[in-house]
Amino acid sequence: MTDALEDCSSDFEGADVRLSLAGSDELAAQIRQGAKPDVYAAANTTLPEELNKEGLLSEPVEFATSELVIAVPRDSDVRQVADLGRRGMKLAIGSESVPIGSYTRELLSRLPGHQGDRILANVRSNEPDVKGIVGKLTQGAADAGFVYVTDVNAVSARLRAVKLPADLEPDVTYAAGVVKGAKRPHDARDFVRGLTDGRCADALARAGFEAP
Amino acid sequence: MRAFPALLALALAVALTFLTVPIVAIFVDSSPAELIDSLGEPGALDALWLSLRATAMALALILIVGTPAAYLLATRSFRAKPVVVTLVELPLVLPPAVAGIALLAAVGPSGILGGAVAAAGIELSLQTAGVVVALTFVASPFYVRQAMAAFAAVDRTLLDASRTLGASEARGFVRVMVPAALPGLTAGTALALGRALGEFGATLMFAGSFQGITQTVPLAIYAKLGTDFETALALSAVLVAISAAILLSVKLVHGREALGGAPG
Repeated sequence: MTDALEDCSSDFEGADVRLSLAGSDELAAQIRQGAKPDVYAAANTTLPEELNKEGLLSEPVEFATSELVIAVPRDSDVRQVADLGRRGMKLAIGSESVPIGSYTRELLSRLPGHQGDRILANVRSNEPDVKGIVGKLTQGAADAGFVYVTDVNAVSARLRAVKLPADLEPDVTYAAGVVKGAKRPHDARDFVRGLTDGRCADALARAGFEAP
Repeated sequence: MRAFPALLALALAVALTFLTVPIVAIFVDSSPAELIDSLGEPGALDALWLSLRATAMALALILIVGTPAAYLLATRSFRAKPVVVTLVELPLVLPPAVAGIALLAAVGPSGILGGAVAAAGIELSLQTAGVVVALTFVASPFYVRQAMAAFAAVDRTLLDASRTLGASEARGFVRVMVPAALPGLTAGTALALGRALGEFGATLMFAGSFQGITQTVPLAIYAKLGTDFETALALSAVLVAISAAILLSVKLVHGREALGGAPG
């Protein structure tokens, strides 16, 4: 997401786009504390919807979908989600407060029996964002983690994605809106529109995101 | 030239306001009762306990190794000394993220010494031991620097006198130098303690974040920011209180010169 947005916003017409990149929940907390960026984009729909209900954000627009996968080092023998419950497996996942963490917990809750609990018992780090999970994996600190497929693509020389069965996969949807009190509401609306139809939409498609 | 003193006073007022308003805001944003309640949230007490344990272990390492090392640097001259001192002080100015990367590259599982660490049966990453290593790395220069200055300031005739009376250097170090340098050593300990308690970036990158194992207070504050601002505030308030207590107690016990305050 970072790379795609940096790529397409550098030549956004009409304004210089400055990106503030952090975990979706942290950005939402900043807006709740009075920060006034022009646009807020999140890796889920619930945070933008909450902000919208609180009167802090325009009606959110869904602009991309992605897929939750298991990420493992290339030489790992993990083949399926059940392997993550093995004794001694070290997992790094997103913390409960960030979208990647809640998608992961949603998935684990759908697993039969105590499989989800066994996997959670192997978690050794609750990372505040996806980059932290990827870093723990590429550095060999963790054996596996849950990330978006697009994040694995970005480091495909080191990591490999293990797909999840379609019936378990949570619905990963990105949504954005214009922040109430934005200094440049007009440009902000254009930018959000461009996420579904324009340079940013193209950049997102190139990075492996799908249209909602 | 009465404008100049007024200007000085104005500068101080601006600095004081800028530095204290955010800290006061932590305590004003919610009532003390709410703050205390929030400390009962899951994870808050775990984080405090872990921070205290990891900081205590890091300080023990820093004092045991740092005190003799600082004594050597303060009492000997050798050609490479400026280089050695610079290397020892370097983590002082390193951005925490650089410290995190550096530790990963050195003793992380894929680091240059990672194999040796693993072969020794030591597990650092995603473990409390990793937190201790991160805290020790970033905090030790604060102690060593202060300790060097403290040893250097001790009147050498005291040590020479003890040597003339037949005491070994080791005995002189323990009986004369350490007691004479104690105010400076205490101040250095306090600075290292403050830095260790506040460590964030290197810990997150090197040790990860897990409740009760690696999630220290600063990491818990960050984790709670999005979902539980109250608890984040409460934990911040505790860190402010501890930091203030450290600074104050050092000033009270050893006088203002200990922390480099201006005389008079």
